[in-house]
Amino acid sequence: MTNTIIIPAAERKLKNRVGVGRAISNTSTIAYRALLKMFKSPEIFVDFIVLPVMFTLLFTFLFGGAISGDIHSYLPIVIPGVLLMASFTNCTTAGSKLREDVDKGTTSRFKSMPIARIAPLAGSLIADIVRYAMGGITVFTMGYILGYRPEAGISAVIFSILFITFVAWSLSWVFAFISLCTKTISTASAIGVVVMFPLVFLSNAFVPAETMPDWLQYSVLRINQLSRVVTTVRQLLAYGSTGADFWYALFGALVILGAFIPLTLIAYKRKT
Amino acid sequence: MNNIITLAVEAHGLVKTFGDNRAVDGVSLSIPAGSICGVLGPNGAGKTTTINMLATLLKPDAGNAKIFGYDVLRETQIVRQLIGLTGQFASIDEELTALENLMIFGRLYGYSRSDSKRKANELLEEFGLGDVASRALSKFSGGMRRRLDLAVSLISQPPLIFLDEPTTGLDPRTRTQMWQTIRNLVKSGSTVLLTTQYLDEADQLADNIVVIDKGRVVANDTPDGLKRSVGSSSLRLTVKDADKAANAAHIIKRVLNTKVHLAEASELIAPMDNTDKLTDVLTTLKDAGIALSAVSILQPTLDEVFFALTDGGSKDKDDEIK
Ligand SMILES: Nc1ncnc2c1ncn2[C@@H]1O[C@H](COP(=O)(O)OP(=O)(O)O)[C@@H](O)[C@H]1O
Ligand SMILES: [Mg+2]
Repeated sequence: MTNTIIIPAAERKLKNRVGVGRAISNTSTIAYRALLKMFKSPEIFVDFIVLPVMFTLLFTFLFGGAISGDIHSYLPIVIPGVLLMASFTNCTTAGSKLREDVDKGTTSRFKSMPIARIAPLAGSLIADIVRYAMGGITVFTMGYILGYRPEAGISAVIFSILFITFVAWSLSWVFAFISLCTKTISTASAIGVVVMFPLVFLSNAFVPAETMPDWLQYSVLRINQLSRVVTTVRQLLAYGSTGADFWYALFGALVILGAFIPLTLIAYKRKT
Repeated sequence: MNNIITLAVEAHGLVKTFGDNRAVDGVSLSIPAGSICGVLGPNGAGKTTTINMLATLLKPDAGNAKIFGYDVLRETQIVRQLIGLTGQFASIDEELTALENLMIFGRLYGYSRSDSKRKANELLEEFGLGDVASRALSKFSGGMRRRLDLAVSLISQPPLIFLDEPTTGLDPRTRTQMWQTIRNLVKSGSTVLLTTQYLDEADQLADNIVVIDKGRVVANDTPDGLKRSVGSSSLRLTVKDADKAANAAHIIKRVLNTKVHLAEASELIAPMDNTDKLTDVLTTLKDAGIALSAVSILQPTLDEVFFALTDGGSKDKDDEIK
């Protein structure tokens, strides 16, 4: 520090609170940091390209013939399922970056700074929205290449991506909460996989529920709420309209947000 | 703040327990603005926990602390505007470049993009990282990382800086560079609280050394005062011919006018207040025809400091040559 002279404490203008404007600016800086890191890490390639492409090809060619007779008529069924799977797989790792910051001491440094307390948490989870949306875009691109042309057109595609992104984002708070409560990050991602895969496969994501026995159909459609998300997207893409399932799903997502934003905040404060 | 000397840190009876482990057990500190305070102690002494309480990361279970007169519990956000913290482990983003790392912190402190960039570039120049500003950190050496980590906590030019073991794990050359950086900080008007496990580091840098052990302050003194209380440095030499050891011991005793210990058959140790007398010892030994195979001067080690401070008095059990 050759040329800078430190201003003594007594001559500084100081405030004992962080205003809303500052909180928003802090949150967007942290979100910017998370995005910058996201686009520089090799995982991005897996999350955005490898997984969605793999899921689309795998399920279309594996189940297409058996379930719908041919691949082309299976696409309207499988694309919404793959869309769900791609976004939700990404959301099981929500909070892993946050946890990394906590373990590395970056969060401690943030805490020692005059910034909004929730900024590191909110910024990181907001940046994650990009991951859920990008997965969806890749899935639709793959679908298009395979010959899928949704009846309801491009606006339904965009709305589907927004809808699934929002639902995935609300679920990401659950996984962020889990990642802040477990001893290590790997425990948290293991829990994510163990919870997510049965939920996705025991839904109507890849198989139309009409083919199932009654009792299973009931559990799949009524108990597993993920089916409502899939049904909503299928309806949207086919008819350009939504039914009761849309409202159930939206309501569910809002309830999760209402419960898990405060819980995650508490877990975050306890951890730092 | 009407004190004649402004206190950057004023802490009384800080206590922090984890379960039944009293990690910090009644630590009091006062650090005048513009000075360097060295907190010296072994691993697990409670150094990091003390810093964490002063830097508003941990709530003390008892006691209180003020930073430039502002209470760490009640005026937390003000305190945070006055401090910079460089933790024990570098907390910078490996994926990002040095410039990006610094700019993000500049933005968090509320500077505009262009101000952040300007400040970041200035700091990078000053820390000798200008050439590698836009390189990813994965190619940085340990010393470069440490310097960047320190630079991050300086971007807001805080008047008080906490450095938790800033040179642990650095090679000697990088360590000396880091010392110079810390000295320069104080020249520009900052106050520094640094923790260390090395007596020589505290000795080199600190105006005042606080020795802590098991969560308690066991000494609080200037480096010279501390060394006086421990004892002087010592001369250690090995004679080539073990038979001449006794003779050599007599000569050293006469020249230095102190006791001489015979550590091994041919190794002699004597306390030496004044290192200038080394030449006298060596010439006298040479005149007496006693050849040496090794000579060294030992500074008191941290072990000896703790031994003296915690267990003083019960020393002096070595064999002594009359
Ligand atoms: N978060 C924590 N939970 C439980 N014990 C802790 C925690 N932090 C520190 N300790 C314990 O407190 C003591 C002091 O630790 P620390 O302040 O890190 O020492 P130092 O920095 O001097 O090496 C150690 O015994 C350590 O195990
Ligand atoms: Mg420590």
